[in-house]
Amino acid sequence: MSLGSVMETRTIVGRSLRSAGPDWRGIAFQGLLLLALLFALATLAVLVIDIVSRGFPVIADRGGDFFSSNLSSRASSAGIWQGIYGSMLIAIFVAVFAIPIGVMTAIYLEEYAPDNRPTRFITVNIRNLAGVPSVVYGLLGLAVFVPLTQAIGGGTGRSILSASITLACLVLPIVIITSSEALRAVPGALREAGYGVGASRWQVTRGLVLPAAIPGILTGMILSISRALGESAPLIVIGASYTFFSTGQQDAVAQLFGSFTALPVIVFGWSSRPEADFRALTAATIIALLAVTLAANTIAIYLRNRLELKW
Amino acid sequence: MVTEPGSGSDMMNQIADPPFVDESPGSARDGAGTRDGLPPAQVAVPSMSAAGQTETTPNAEPAPEPVIVFRDLNFYYGTFRAVKDINIPIQPRKITALIGPSGCGKSTLLRTINRMNDLIPGIRTEGEVLYHGENLYARDVDPVEVRRRIGMVFQKPNPFPKSIYDNVAFGPRVNGYKGNMDELVESSLRRAVIWDEVKDKLKQSGLALSGGQQQRLCIARAIATSPDVILMDEPCSALDPRSTLQIEELMDELKQNYTIIIVTHNMQQAARASDYTVFLNMGDDRAGFVVEQNATIEIFTNPRDQMTEDYVSGRFG
Amino acid sequence: MAELAASRRPVTSLAGTARRRRREALVRAIFFAAALVSIVISAFIIYTLVFRAVEYLTIIDFGQLIADGWFPRRGQFDILTLLIGSAMVAVIAMLIATPVGLGAAVYLSEYASLRSRRWIKPILEILAGVPSVVLGFFALTFINPEIIQTVFADATGFNLLAAGVGVGILTIPLVASISEDAMRAVPNALREASYGLGARRITTSLRVVFPAAISGIVAALIIGLSRAIGETMIVAIAAGGVGGSLRTLDPLGPGQTLTAAMAAIASGSDQVRGDDGAYESLFFLGLVLFVLTFGLNIIGDAFVRRTRQRY
Repeated sequence: MSLGSVMETRTIVGRSLRSAGPDWRGIAFQGLLLLALLFALATLAVLVIDIVSRGFPVIADRGGDFFSSNLSSRASSAGIWQGIYGSMLIAIFVAVFAIPIGVMTAIYLEEYAPDNRPTRFITVNIRNLAGVPSVVYGLLGLAVFVPLTQAIGGGTGRSILSASITLACLVLPIVIITSSEALRAVPGALREAGYGVGASRWQVTRGLVLPAAIPGILTGMILSISRALGESAPLIVIGASYTFFSTGQQDAVAQLFGSFTALPVIVFGWSSRPEADFRALTAATIIALLAVTLAANTIAIYLRNRLELKW
Repeated sequence: MVTEPGSGSDMMNQIADPPFVDESPGSARDGAGTRDGLPPAQVAVPSMSAAGQTETTPNAEPAPEPVIVFRDLNFYYGTFRAVKDINIPIQPRKITALIGPSGCGKSTLLRTINRMNDLIPGIRTEGEVLYHGENLYARDVDPVEVRRRIGMVFQKPNPFPKSIYDNVAFGPRVNGYKGNMDELVESSLRRAVIWDEVKDKLKQSGLALSGGQQQRLCIARAIATSPDVILMDEPCSALDPRSTLQIEELMDELKQNYTIIIVTHNMQQAARASDYTVFLNMGDDRAGFVVEQNATIEIFTNPRDQMTEDYVSGRFG
Repeated sequence: MAELAASRRPVTSLAGTARRRRREALVRAIFFAAALVSIVISAFIIYTLVFRAVEYLTIIDFGQLIADGWFPRRGQFDILTLLIGSAMVAVIAMLIATPVGLGAAVYLSEYASLRSRRWIKPILEILAGVPSVVLGFFALTFINPEIIQTVFADATGFNLLAAGVGVGILTIPLVASISEDAMRAVPNALREASYGLGARRITTSLRVVFPAAISGIVAALIIGLSRAIGETMIVAIAAGGVGGSLRTLDPLGPGQTLTAAMAAIASGSDQVRGDDGAYESLFFLGLVLFVLTFGLNIIGDAFVRRTRQRY
C-alpha cells in the first residue's frame, strides 16, 4: 500500500469517527424533556412564592393572634385556631385508628397469610381501596360513621370523631401498603436464622422482623398522617364548618362530638370569599397547612432515603 | 408457610416451660446417656451398610443408638420429588458429611431434619425422620420444638442485627430460659472459640465482625439453645481458607458434645473433617438418592460403588 | 464450665407447650381480624352507595335525569352535565400531566445523573404532597387571572380550564412516578444493546426503552386519569357551578363535575333529607364516580401487573 492511500484511509476513518456536527435532534429532545421537568419544578416554585407573598403579610402583621383566634366573618379578627386544634385532633385520632390496624394487617399479609385465593382477595381489595376518590370516603362517613357517633355521643354526629374515623379508612390502605413493603424488604435469611434457633412465628416477627422494618413502617405512618391532614373533601361531605362556630361552653370530650373544622376546610371556605382580605387570610392558612404537611413529607422522605442504604 | 400441627398431644398439655436444667458434669454426656438407658459407647467404629444397619467390629461394646435415622424418606416440593428412599443412620457425637454434586438434594435432606423446609409452601414428606426414636414428622410434632433441639448454621453467616450478646441470648430467651444468661452467653461463645475475641465488645453489633467471626458467632448462637444435634449447611463456603480451617477445628472440638451433620461441596473438607460420609447423587428424575454411606476413610480410600469412586476422584460433580 | 443439657424435657415431648401454641393461634387470629377490617370497609362503601343510589332512583322521575342542567335543589338532575364536566376537566388535566409527567420521567430515567436524581425526585414528591385545596386556591387566584385570562380575554372568573390545569398539576407527579418506575424496570441489557449498535440516547429512549415500558406508561396514564376524575376540591374552588350548572362544552366558563357536585350538595344549606331527592342524589353520584374510577383502576392495575411479569 502506498503512503498516500494510507493517509487517505486515515483521513476517511478519522473524519467518519468524528461526528458530522452537533446532534441537533438529540439536543432539542433533551431540551424538551428538561422543559417538562422544569415546568413541574417551576410550578411548585411559583406556587410557593405566590402563596407566601400573599399570606406572609398577614402573619407578619397579626402574628400569634392569627393562630389563636377563632373563625369569624370579619377578616381582621378571623383566625385559624379552631382549624389547628381540629387538625391536631384529626392527626392523633387517625393515627390511633389507622396505624395499629394497618400495621397488623400488613403483618398478617406478609408473615402469616397463606398464598391462596382469600389472601389474594384481601390484597386486591386493599389496592382498590387505595384508588377510591376521597369524596366517596366522605359518603361512607356520612352514611355510617356520622350516625354511629351520634348514637354514642349525641349531637348531630358531624364531629371530629366521625371525621377522623372516615379519614382513618381513607389512609388505611396507604399504611398497609407501605408497611407491607417495609416487611417484605427484610431479608429472608434473618427469618431463617430466627426459626433456626427454635423461635415461633410470632417470636420471629416481633423480635426480628418488626424491629428491622420499623424505619420503613415509620415512614409510611408519617406519609399517611400527612395525607390525612391535607384532605378536605371527606370533611366537607361530613359537615365540617368553615364559618363561625363556637365551642365555648363545651368541655373537651363534648367538643369531640360537636362542630369542628380543620385547616384545609378553612382554606376551602375562605377561598370562596372574594374579598382581598380573605384571599390573604387563605394564603396565610395555606402557609400553616403547607408548613405541617411539607415538614412531615420531608421527614418521611429523608427517613426513607437514609434507610435505602441499609440492606 | 409453616404447617402447624393439628391438635396437641394430650399428655404434654400440662407441662410448663421449665428452665434449662444444668445436669451435673459427666452424667448426661456419656455415650448415649441416661436418656435412652443404653451403656456408653466404647471404641466401636460402626460401619454402615447401604441398608443402614449398623455393624460393629468384633470385640467392641454394642454401638450407640443412632441419634437420627432416615427411614424410607421421600421429600417433595409440590409434585417434584427432591430426594427418594433415603435410609441413613446418623451416629451420635460424630461428624457426618453429606456430599454429592450440585442439586442432588443434600441441603434439602439436611433441612428435613430440623423441619426448616416447612417454611416453604407445598412441601410433602413420605417416610420418617427419627430423632431418638421419635418420628419428627408425626402429626402432633411441633416444628418449633424440633428446632430447639436441632440447631442450624447456615451457608452465609446471618447474625441478627443485634449485639453479640443478644445474638447468643435470643435463642434461649425465646425458649423461656430462666437461668443466668450471662453465664450461658459466655459458655456458648467459649465453646464456639470466639469468646476471647469478643469478650470486650459484647454490646457491639454482630454484623461488625469479620466473616469467619460471624460464622463462629452463629455457631455460638446455635449452641446456646443446648441442642444435641447441629446441622451445618456448607458453613465455610462463604469464608476464606483460614476461617474455614478454624471452623473445621471447632467442629472437631464440638463433636465431643454434639452430633454434627454437615453438607459440603468441598470433598477435601469432607475427607479431612468428617467421621462418616454419605454420598448422594441425582438420578435422571432429578431426585437425590443415597449411593453409598460409610466411614469417611472407607468412602475415600475404598469406595464400594463405581459412582462413588468417580465422584471422589473428581470425574464428575 | 457448666455442662449444657441436651434437652430440658423428655425427648418425646415434641408437641410443644399448649400455652405457646394457644398464644400463637391468638396472635394469628388478631392479625387476621385486622386484615378483615379492610374488607368490611369495602363492603360498607359498596353497600352504602348501592343502597342509597337505588333509594334515590326510586324517589325521582326518570325524566329528571335528562333535564336541562344540574340543579339539584330544583330537582333537575342531568347527569350528562356532570359527566361532560368531569370529562372536560379530566381531558384538560391529562393534556398537561401527560407531556410533563412523561417528559420528566424520561429525563429522570434516561438522562439525569445520579446526583440530579437525588434532589429532583424529592421535589416531585413534595409536589405530590401539596393538598388539593392549595392547588384549587392557586388555580383560582393565580392561574386563572394571571395566565388564562391574559390569554383568553373572555374567560370568566370561575372556569373549567383553570380547574383542569390545577388538576393537571396535581396529576403530574403521579404520572411521572409510575412511568419512571416502569422505565427504570427495563433491564439495562436492552439499553446496552441499543447503544452498542451506535444508537444515540434519543433513539434508545424513544425506540427501545419507551416501547419496552409501554405497559407501565399506559398504567400511569390510566391511573392518572382516574385520579383526575376523582379530584374534588380543585374543581369545587375554581370551576364555579356551586348552585348548579347548565350543560356546557365551554372550558372558559364555569361548570360542574361529578365530584364538585357532590361537595356542593353536601355542604349546602339544606343538608337534611327532603323528598326532593337532593340529598340522595349525592349517593347516586358517588356510585357513578365509584364505578368509573374503580373500572379505570382495575384496568390500570392490569397494566401494572403486565410490566411486573415481563421481568
